[in-house]
This record gives sequence, C-alpha cells and structure tokens, in this order.
Amino acid sequence: MKRVAFRQPSVIPGFRLTFSFTIFYLFIIVLIPIAGLYFRTFDLDWNSFVSIVTGPRFIAALRLSFVTSAVAALFNVVIGLLIAWVLVRYEFPGRKVMDAIIDLPFALPTAVAGIALTAIYAPNGIIGSLFDPFGIRIAYTSLGIWIALVFIGLPFVVRSVQPVLQDFNREIEEAAATLGARRIQTITRVMLPTLLPSILTGFAMAFARAVGEYGSVIFIAGNIPRQTEILPLLIVFRLEEFNYPAAAAIAAVMLTVSFLILLAINLIQVWSQRRFGLV
Amino acid sequence: MSDTASTLPELATYHTGYRSPVTERPHTRTILIGLTVLLLCLFLVLPLLSVFVEAFQQGVGKFLETFSIPDARSAIWLTLLVAAIAVPFNLVFGIAAAWAIAKHRFPGRAFLISLIDLPFSVSPVVAGLVYILLLGTNAPIGGFLYENFNIRIIFAVPGIVLATIFVTFPFIARELIPLMQDQGTGDEEAAISLGATGWQTFWYVTLPNVKWALLYGVLLCNARAMGEFGAVAVLSGKLRGETVTMPLQVELFYNEYASVAAFSLASLLAGLALVTLIIKSWLEWRFGDQLATGTRPH
Repeated sequence: MKRVAFRQPSVIPGFRLTFSFTIFYLFIIVLIPIAGLYFRTFDLDWNSFVSIVTGPRFIAALRLSFVTSAVAALFNVVIGLLIAWVLVRYEFPGRKVMDAIIDLPFALPTAVAGIALTAIYAPNGIIGSLFDPFGIRIAYTSLGIWIALVFIGLPFVVRSVQPVLQDFNREIEEAAATLGARRIQTITRVMLPTLLPSILTGFAMAFARAVGEYGSVIFIAGNIPRQTEILPLLIVFRLEEFNYPAAAAIAAVMLTVSFLILLAINLIQVWSQRRFGLV
Repeated sequence: MSDTASTLPELATYHTGYRSPVTERPHTRTILIGLTVLLLCLFLVLPLLSVFVEAFQQGVGKFLETFSIPDARSAIWLTLLVAAIAVPFNLVFGIAAAWAIAKHRFPGRAFLISLIDLPFSVSPVVAGLVYILLLGTNAPIGGFLYENFNIRIIFAVPGIVLATIFVTFPFIARELIPLMQDQGTGDEEAAISLGATGWQTFWYVTLPNVKWALLYGVLLCNARAMGEFGAVAVLSGKLRGETVTMPLQVELFYNEYASVAAFSLASLLAGLALVTLIIKSWLEWRFGDQLATGTRPH
C-alpha cells in the first residue's frame, strides 16, 4: 500500500519527535487554555452575555481602551516615522545609543514603566508640575493613559519601518528628482507608498499591544469606573468579585478583537508581497 | 548601518554648498534630529532616569535598606526561580519547533508559525485569566488536581510559572525559525551523509550555527519572564513572601506609599532592562550576520 507522506522525504532525522513535541506543547500551553476561555463563555446564556457586553461600565471601558489605543498608535506612526527616518538617514553623535534605547519599552517591565511615568506626570512630578498651574492634569486622567500607551507602543512603528527604509533604493529617489519632483513630493508620493505596508503593520501591532496593556496603565490611570477604567482592568475587577463568567465574556471579546487584528496584519503582509514583492 | 546610505549626499554638500536633490536642507535635518532626540529623551530616557532618581532620593542607605526587607528578598528569589524554570522550558520548545519547521517541509508551516506567535497578541490579563478558568480549584482540571493530589496551581507558584511560560512562549522559537530557514539543510545533510547521528548533527553542526541567535532569544525571553506583571498579577493571589514576584512587590510597595522601596526594587528591574539592551545591541553589532534577519519587535 502506498502511503502519502505528510512531510517531504528528507535524510534529516528527528521530525517525528520535534514535531509532536511542538504540537503537544502548543496545545497544552496555548490552544487548550484559550479554547477553554471560549467554552466558559458558553456557560452564560445569550441574554446574560448580551447584558454584560452592553452594560454601561463595559461600553465605557471598551470605548476608552479602543479610542486611546487608536490615538496612541496613530501618534506612534507619526513619531515612529520621524525617528526611523532620522536614525536611518542622518549621522549624528549618539545615534547608536538612540537606536538601542528604542527597545527600552520592550525591555523595561511594565510595572516599572507605570510607576516611573506616574512619578513624572503626577501634579508634583517633573512634567506634571509644568502643566498643573494651567489646570491640565495628565496623571489619573485619560491623557495619562495615552502617555503610557505611547510609551509601550513606541518601538513597533520604528522597528517595522526601519528595515524597509534601510533597503530603499536611492536610485528611485534620484529618478523622481530628475523628473522634477520636489523633495517633499518625492517623500510623500514616491517613498511613503512603499513604506505604507510597514507603517500599517507597525500601527496594528502598536494598537493590539495598547488594547491589551495593563501594567503600565493602571498606575497612571486613576482607575475611576466609566472614566479612566480600561478593559483589562475591568476583567481584573470581575475576577476579584469571583464573577468568572463575566470576566470570561469580556476576555472573549478582547481575544476575538486581537485575532481580527492579527488577521489584518497577515492580510497587510500578503497584500504588500503582491503589491511590492517584499515582506 | 546607514553608512552606505549617507555617503553619497554628504559628498555633494561638502564641495559646493549645492544640495543633493535626494537629501534635505541642512537646517531641516538639524530640526528633525533635534526633534527626535527630544522625543526620545522625553518619552524613554526621562522615565528610565526617574526610576533611579526616585530610588536614591533619600540616599544610598535607604536604597539598600529595601533589600533587607524579607518580602523584597523573597520576591527577588521567586522571580529568579520562575525565570529559571520558564526560560529552559521555552528554550527546549524553541529548538524543537525550529528543528521541525525549518529543517523539514510539510504543509501548514506558515500557519504553525502564526500559532506560535499567538501569545504575543493576547493581553497579559487574558493570559492569566485563561489559566484561572482551566486550573482554578473550582474548574474541571484544577479541581481534579486539588481534590485528588492536593495540588494548587492557581494562586500558587506553578500558576505563576505557567503564566510566565505563556507570555514568553514565542521568543526563542521566533529567533531560531527564520535563521534556520535561511541556513537551509545543506550542512545537516552533509553531516548525516558522512555518518553522523541525528544528535551529533544537532550538537556539532546546527547548534554552533545558531548559538548567537539562541542567546539573543534567551536574553529577550528572560527579560520578559522576570518583568511580567499583568498575567502574573491576575493569578498570583499576592500572598506576601510566597507568590509575589519582583514586579508585584513593586506594586505592593507603591500602593503602601513606600515610594523609596518601590523604586529601589524597580531600579533593579530597570538595571536588568539596561543590561539586556546593552547585551542585545552588542550581539546585533558583533554577530548581526548570525542573527535572524528582519527580526520583528516585541
């Protein structure tokens, strides 16, 4: 009997061992727990699920989380493009240090970032005290949440745009210049479209990270229900009340959204591969 | 990195004062560089500095006092313990996954890679929650373990380890897979055809080829494992001296208005982040060609 091979034949051993271990570990650590979450939401009947996800406190947290995350990710696109441009194109003292420090938000534990940002932006902090006389409060308002989300999302756009900008063919810019384009036209009409997929990817990753972020936000947020209470915090409150079905329902909504974002990132990559022939 | 990119226009400006059409005016450059440095100082350097400033604001003595508090000490030990368990687990997984995916061809590899990346897009709080729902004492599996073997997972150290493994799950695999895919299978095939066994091939051929990428992955995995807050906070139960890791102890100190203690402990974590960044940059500078190309951030 002829058997159809799952993998292409090769002399390299160890496939069965490593493949089955990979699948086993993936199921135990990631897939079964995530599937369990969706099963737990089924404990709720439809009406109570609907009443959880239409409750005013949930809606307020949802809106706050998504709006501040989107605004922070947009801001990250603007400054991320600027930073990537300067780091790739210009030579200046301290450039390598600046380049290395971009990854700080990935390396610094979120709780540390949270208390540090709060110390700076609190009314008696270095920056907070500059704004306090004008009646502008940063910490313990949604502005503070936005600051924290900008901090943790900063590296995403920089790191996704940087390699594309580095590999950008300078002859294309020269061609645009010889054809009479002004510098700003070359940048916006010729370069920006090529950078667009990496910008979108960076935006989506920063946005996804911001929506789920907890540690750096809760210290600076103030956590007032319906005003500065983010979605992950609402899950924590529900857990502390041992209201597991409600926590599971909120988490299921968040998880579904992050899957959609993940799908969007993959679609952007497929699209850019077709459009520009690069990943 | 950008050396080659910047030589050409630089030459043009030197000679005549004429500006190359593919670069910006000198003062535009200065403004853009200044703005970048300002933004990075404001958003990144200032928070980092403020951790150390707050930690030492009442002198070195007060700073050092923090580390004689029993709760702080046990938090440090627990963090080291959790990382010492979680990182090796993900190391073994990363190597196995990379061997299966990069050295063999089978349908669905891209999908498998997406599944491995999945934990990165899950909120830490949700990551903690999924384990509570599965392994809490009133959940099916957790209840079974508790009633029959008296094993507690949630609100205990095993839960903290599990949550840490979850959030650091992809780090090592995603460093190894692209690199090992680029390297192909030629070296391994040569070794096998010369009579090496599978293990010999792995130890003497594959491992030396990926050792720096492996170190890079372990470094990032460890930094996240020691610093994880959200996932661990949800399922630790915060029993002082027992299930409190360093980031959680920072929160406890902070909420008790023990500001110096909180920032002193935090400065240890910030120091860890700095060391991580330095080693990471050194690896990129020294062995950049032996690391995965186009490493995505996380």
